[in-house]
Amino acid sequence: MRQDPATLLQTPLHALHLALGGKMVPFAGYDMPVQFTAGILAEHNHTRAKASLFDVSHMGQVTVGGPQRAAALETLVPGDVEGLAVGAIRYTLFTDDHAGILDDLMVSNAGDALFLVVNAACKAADVAHLRSGLAGRAEIVELTDRALLALQGPAAAAVLSRLQPAAGEMGFMSFRALDILGASCFVSRSGYTGEDGFEISVPAAAAERLARRLLAEPEVAPAGLGARDTLRLEAGLCLYGADIDPGTTPIEAGLTWTIGKRRRVGGGYPGAAIVGRQLAEGPPRRRVGLRPDGKAPARAHTPITDLQGRSIGEVTSGGFGPTVGGPVAMGYVEAASARPGTPVMLVVRGVPREAQVVDLPFVPHRYHKN
Amino acid sequence: MSKVYFTKEHEWIKVDGEVGTVGITDYAQHALGDVVFIELPESGKTMSKGGEAAVVESVKAASEVFSPVSGQIVAVNQAIVDQPALVNESPEDGAWFFQLRLVDAGELAGLMERPAYDAYVKDLE
Repeated sequence: MRQDPATLLQTPLHALHLALGGKMVPFAGYDMPVQFTAGILAEHNHTRAKASLFDVSHMGQVTVGGPQRAAALETLVPGDVEGLAVGAIRYTLFTDDHAGILDDLMVSNAGDALFLVVNAACKAADVAHLRSGLAGRAEIVELTDRALLALQGPAAAAVLSRLQPAAGEMGFMSFRALDILGASCFVSRSGYTGEDGFEISVPAAAAERLARRLLAEPEVAPAGLGARDTLRLEAGLCLYGADIDPGTTPIEAGLTWTIGKRRRVGGGYPGAAIVGRQLAEGPPRRRVGLRPDGKAPARAHTPITDLQGRSIGEVTSGGFGPTVGGPVAMGYVEAASARPGTPVMLVVRGVPREAQVVDLPFVPHRYHKN
Repeated sequence: MSKVYFTKEHEWIKVDGEVGTVGITDYAQHALGDVVFIELPESGKTMSKGGEAAVVESVKAASEVFSPVSGQIVAVNQAIVDQPALVNESPEDGAWFFQLRLVDAGELAGLMERPAYDAYVKDLE
């Protein structure tokens, strides 16, 4: 289905993308750059070597306010929000009554409110879910006048420190409100590439100036959604709508670590009973890493069978991993076949090809050590 | 003297006598982006015009390469299997995919020559 570019939304950096030669594609209702002139491989490699600037302004930014905000949000997510210190960030999930995943999100304790970053394709539903689920208990504000820039890579901290020295002192998964080039920004030391880096929420009117300033630094190059996807796949990070969705539970998805200890016992979020049962008995299937033996990439929806040809699951994300130098994939398999080292077959274009279940990530995370 | 023809699916075929050499055009490699995997047909395989002959995968997606004419595969280019990036570097030259022996040179009449293909591509942009 092709969407008329005229009906697509634009981020505050749209004109800059065009000026930089961005190859624009429809994504979650936005006209977004899938790559720039360097291409996906070069942008991927540059991110791992130095630092790349990604526009992720299509994502939703929401604040949850009010004195009961943490307790209220805990009724919608399995993460420990009440235990989140001021300036700390947590990755968590909106779950439904069947323990299906409605979205994954970052929650920061900004001191006077909780600051949430949610997926672009889910943001309208998430805001509605928050407004109805927390009605009378918290104040929900969608920040539609802010852009979101991701500066990712080993040089990110050195680069951002030149504009705001305090950024370089932040610990990984920490949050600070900081002035950058005179604009009031929310800086998170986090990302979606497996590398050190930052996500910077900046007022829309100041976004292009900040982006141009960062791109003027010698280590920084622009990168598009294509490289963002290959980087997160190698880092073993889930893509909402592909690797996790309402048909998968946090336990099946290998996201048990996102459920706070107190929450595993106390519950109090949608689907808690099913999560509790899967924690006790083990889930029927698990998300795993898959490494094809040959060179053929196995894309999403590739069937997975055992060595006898019996169906045991499906690939949910897959492609070529530039840093790995070969094909990599993630998918769900029956729990009995989920142990790393298990040989499986991936049926690519009708031909079964050998592959192995492997540990994630494919490329070790290189997050900043606090 | 060889002659080059083009398909609407962005394959080229360079015909020398009864043997045609097939590849994808510069427009195609540019649209695909970084090529990372190639699958070629077996030598000796019989192809029909428009049939799936090869697979080319970029970082983002997999695409088929169709045979511009009917014929029998007589050679394949292992170099692009070993180094898929060659398809981005020299798509209409060194990075040919396969050669086939034509069964009906009349099929070439349905293909475009260079000026028509260039105009066709210009319309797509």
